[in-house]
Amino acid sequence: MDTLIEWLVSAFVMIGGVFALVGSIGLARLPDFYTRLHGPTKATTLGVGGAIVASLLFFSWQERGLQLHEVLITLFLFITAPVSAHMLAKAAMHRDLKRMKGTRGEPWKQ
Amino acid sequence: MLETAISLAMGLFVLAWLLNLGRLIFGPSLPDRVLALDTMYINSIALIVLYGIQQDSKLYFEAAMLIALIGFVSTVAVAKYVTRGDIIE
Repeated sequence: MDTLIEWLVSAFVMIGGVFALVGSIGLARLPDFYTRLHGPTKATTLGVGGAIVASLLFFSWQERGLQLHEVLITLFLFITAPVSAHMLAKAAMHRDLKRMKGTRGEPWKQ
Repeated sequence: MLETAISLAMGLFVLAWLLNLGRLIFGPSLPDRVLALDTMYINSIALIVLYGIQQDSKLYFEAAMLIALIGFVSTVAVAKYVTRGDIIE
């Protein structure tokens, strides 16, 4: 049982780290702001979700009972990430940032 | 096993954090920099949670929660300021 929990926690931690790294590579390498917004808002949030699920499993196993208060952070991040992304996209549209040719959607021209 | 995995994952998160730092320094526009800061605080939450697992201490949960709350409020405030020139109208 202990080895199983240890493997699970390690797997979730590694999955979280890989997702966060993918999100940040997206932030660093994608061509314009509107595409760059995708990396952190999805992949990084999922990466932190993985780390927090690992913490949840670890402490539930350690304390011999369900420890659910780490879910608060995940819930809060999953609620707030789209809100902050929306605000940032609106700010970028207001500043009329330039975009690549393939970036679709021009809501300010409708 | 678990120690190795946590050290490796912390290395991945720090690498992600450094990429965000690069975007924060070289970001061509203001929203890029705000987005980089937003990602940096999210990665910091994950690092603090991992440090809590490593030290086997539940003290760090409150720190992570506080960073999540304050980071969200500051991101929204800066984005609102960039959009409207004012935070509360």
